Amino acid sequence: MRQKNAPSIFHNIDWITVLIYLVLVVAGWMNIYAAVYNEEHYIITDTSQKYGKQMIWIITALMLAFIILIIDENFYTAFAYFIFGAFLLANIAVPFLGREIKGSRSWFRFGDFGIQPAEFMKFATNIALAKFLSNQNIKIADYKNTFITLLLIGVPLLIIKGLQDETGLAIVFVAFIFTLYREGLSVNYLLLGFLAIILFILALLINNIYLFIFIISLCTIALLFIKRNRKNLFIVAAIGLVACSMVKGTSTVYEHMEPHQKVRIDVLLGRGTVDLKKEGYNVNQAKIAIGSGGFLGKGYLEGTQTKYDFVPEQDTDFIFCTVGEEWGFVGSAFVIILQITLILRIIFMSERQRSPFSRIYGYGVASVLFFHLTINIGMTIGLAPVIGIPLPFFSYGGSSLWSFTILLFIFIKLDSHRLQILR
Amino acid sequence: MNQLSERKYIIAGVIILIGLIYIFRLFYIQVIDDSYKLDARNQAFRYNTEFPVRGYIYDRNNKLLVYNEAAYDLMVLPKKIKNLDTMDFCNLVGITKDVFIRKMKKAVQAPNSPRKQSIFEKQLSPKEYASLQERLYRFPGFYVQSRTLRKYPKRIAAHMLGYIGEASKETTEKDPYYNEGDYLGISGIEKTYEKALRGKKGMHIMMVDVHNREKGSYMNGLYDTMAIPGKPLTSTIDGDLQEYAELLMQNKIGSVVAIDPSTGEILSIVTSPTYDPNLFVGRARNKNYGLLSQDSIGKPLFNRSTMASYPPGSTFKLIMALIGLHEGVLTPNTRYPCARGYPPLGGRPKCHPHPSPQDLVGAIGTSCNSYFSFVFKSVIDDKKYHDTYKAYANWRDIATSFCLGTKTGSDLANELRGNVPSIKYYDKVFGKGSWKASTVISLGIGQAEMGITPLQNANLVAIIANKGWYYTPHIVKAIGGNPNDTLLDRFKVKHNTMITDTNIYNEVIKGMARAVEGGTAGALKIEGIPYGAKTGTAQNPHGKDHSVFVCFAPLENPKIAVGILIENAGFGSTWAGPIARLMMEKYLKGKITRPDLEKRMIEGDLIHKAKPKPVETKKRP
Ligand SMILES: [Zn+2]
Repeated sequence: MRQKNAPSIFHNIDWITVLIYLVLVVAGWMNIYAAVYNEEHYIITDTSQKYGKQMIWIITALMLAFIILIIDENFYTAFAYFIFGAFLLANIAVPFLGREIKGSRSWFRFGDFGIQPAEFMKFATNIALAKFLSNQNIKIADYKNTFITLLLIGVPLLIIKGLQDETGLAIVFVAFIFTLYREGLSVNYLLLGFLAIILFILALLINNIYLFIFIISLCTIALLFIKRNRKNLFIVAAIGLVACSMVKGTSTVYEHMEPHQKVRIDVLLGRGTVDLKKEGYNVNQAKIAIGSGGFLGKGYLEGTQTKYDFVPEQDTDFIFCTVGEEWGFVGSAFVIILQITLILRIIFMSERQRSPFSRIYGYGVASVLFFHLTINIGMTIGLAPVIGIPLPFFSYGGSSLWSFTILLFIFIKLDSHRLQILR
Repeated sequence: MNQLSERKYIIAGVIILIGLIYIFRLFYIQVIDDSYKLDARNQAFRYNTEFPVRGYIYDRNNKLLVYNEAAYDLMVLPKKIKNLDTMDFCNLVGITKDVFIRKMKKAVQAPNSPRKQSIFEKQLSPKEYASLQERLYRFPGFYVQSRTLRKYPKRIAAHMLGYIGEASKETTEKDPYYNEGDYLGISGIEKTYEKALRGKKGMHIMMVDVHNREKGSYMNGLYDTMAIPGKPLTSTIDGDLQEYAELLMQNKIGSVVAIDPSTGEILSIVTSPTYDPNLFVGRARNKNYGLLSQDSIGKPLFNRSTMASYPPGSTFKLIMALIGLHEGVLTPNTRYPCARGYPPLGGRPKCHPHPSPQDLVGAIGTSCNSYFSFVFKSVIDDKKYHDTYKAYANWRDIATSFCLGTKTGSDLANELRGNVPSIKYYDKVFGKGSWKASTVISLGIGQAEMGITPLQNANLVAIIANKGWYYTPHIVKAIGGNPNDTLLDRFKVKHNTMITDTNIYNEVIKGMARAVEGGTAGALKIEGIPYGAKTGTAQNPHGKDHSVFVCFAPLENPKIAVGILIENAGFGSTWAGPIARLMMEKYLKGKITRPDLEKRMIEGDLIHKAKPKPVETKKRP
């Protein structure tokens, strides 16, 4: 009865997800307050300070979430490509129209506040991807479809990296691999990609001569086990050649890199003498801050490492350091568990969708969140490369909070209508 | 489709796996690995040591002997200087750029080096220090070091007080309390009472930010410790007496020690030549130390009162008399001949002309070498021991009970044992069983291998004055105002010698009183205060004999016992006697009735080749 007449916009909403979202956002706000704590401006709502601004971002994000819940769920499927195109245009325009801030060309400025369109490209791409892959006639295994899929992901990636030079914002698009895998991307591709990554790393770590010898002997051994006809011979030779040129290419690229780029790679590979006062500074300070937190932490607002600016970018990309230092292992583990729970919850919700569009969109949300979580926390504890991406719902910043909120609440909206239609 | 939906397990698995890896990693760096906590502490904390105020030292009348003055030095470690705004810095310190360049050059060149901290600007005033300290964080490589300078208003008792200096590397390794650069007592009572004087360092944990700016104290000072100031010491020294004695002893080489026999408190202890203790304060010390150590004749750095060993000479004749009486081989009426020497050995040891034979009192009065050689022989050959070795051992034991050949155990930093030769020693020199009383006869007159410090000498007099007992001589009577501090307990133990019969002492004291009434010290009477004395010489194989004088006053309930030795000064009554007499009068009466004597003593110069003017003496001591 109620369903037919005027179903409440909160009807069928997944409250677990909303609750986790709220906890993360509020916890993030508290930690931003601790990270930039300033005795002269100790009021958490003081909008001259970052925590005051973040409060405004949170309030507006909640308003956005509310609006999304009001908007008809069919809006996204209907306008999927339009949304994608519009944000793509915005991203192309921003380097030319936006104002440069601290050398970054990815911002639109509105007075005191700034907006990064690249952040919103995530949900736009996700909608487009879901729309494309949910088409009944589409089989991802087809070469043509694979190509279009890669375009949907690759074009935003290249625009953000190429035009805006925002590595962190660009690399996130790699996360959609998970969606593609769920939707049928051949494991072989993933394996190939995985092997390629291994090869890149080995090329930097091991003398190339040894790698060449290793690849050639591997190919020779392979030939002993397969049918030795002309075709197989050709394939093995081609693989060997590609592998060898990848090794050589990696080394050459590395040799021609700028010193600071080389160092970044060295830091990650843990080789050479990394100067902890320069290149290794960020990661080392992050580890010190987190490590010094101990089991229970130093207490709220008692973290010396984050409060006294030893840790760089402690309110944005390195916000997890504040958690680690002030809340200790208990607090850090709690945040990780909360985030993982949210991601698993989204996957669970995705799987219960009748509509492929909703399912694919849900997987996209989970993938993006998971990628952010892995890289962001991984870099603070020295397990991932230093790539500047925010911790979802936690880090300071309006664009990222809005973007994650939109991303998540579109899915919550779609999920609340999972029983009604078959899209 | 069904097949593909199985992939959700793999995806969920990967997500859970990453979560677990991260949680384990966090557990490792946060809970298991402690190195990050240490790093954080080193980075964000600055441990400011609060140095306690070192205890002052007062004399027995609560007059200040040692106090402190704070000094601040601006230090530089050139290697650590970075991004220095020279003009800004010069303005802050108040110097010109030229001066800055000159000073920096000095800090970098030998003997300094860029890696070595050196003083950039010495002894800032507390006001300069305060304004500098606030802004100095902007100039890495520069910092202020505060140090305690000891000040000596009376410029006396340098050897006894000792001095403080920077802790050596060995010290800092042995005792974790000290860090390199800390100050501690190096000699004198600064060393003996270091623990009481130093107090306890305090520690303030300050938080600093990435720019090394202080951001307040950690946990509101929960883990801070306050410095506990050092305790003041009350010395047994009478500052006025000490000052007077040093004045009398100027330009003479030797030592005077005065003890209150009833308590063992050292009233004054003088080593001469001495120096102004203010010379050993702060940076001037090295220079002055070098200068003083070049004086090879006076050796002002040599603490003679406890570190020099002299033959006890005539003083020991008093002990010899006590032992003779105690062993029953001597009576006050025993008479021995003297033929300008000890007749049985052909006049050796030699003696000077005097009536012969004499009884005990006469022998003490004339300090007859022959007489006490006879006494020594009678003690060693005493039939009741049947054995020279046993008799000698007994003699030596008694001497040892008078604190001879053994440390007195005083609280003066370094003390020599002195020497009373052992049986083993003589067996080695002469062969086992090949020596007897006559072989070592000069022990009876306090010569031969015997050695005694001026402190032991004075203690000996105190024992005679007390008639058989003593308290360990000491220089501190109260710590932090508390005379019952446990550190002082050992000075409250009464030690008895092996001779306790007061009648025996009376005989010897009678002789000492005679010496003052009409004997060798007859010219040194003190109006209204009868006292006992013994003049003497200590033979010096290297030159003129040392002048020795021991005395105590008054005869009844003695208040002061003095032992004095002046090197190469000849007769005991020439220099040693008058000085001891003046000191006793000063201490007991507070005024001097013999300004002529005082003047002669003050002006007498025995170091700088000036001929000593002899005081009228009737007889050779
Ligand atoms: Zn004689």
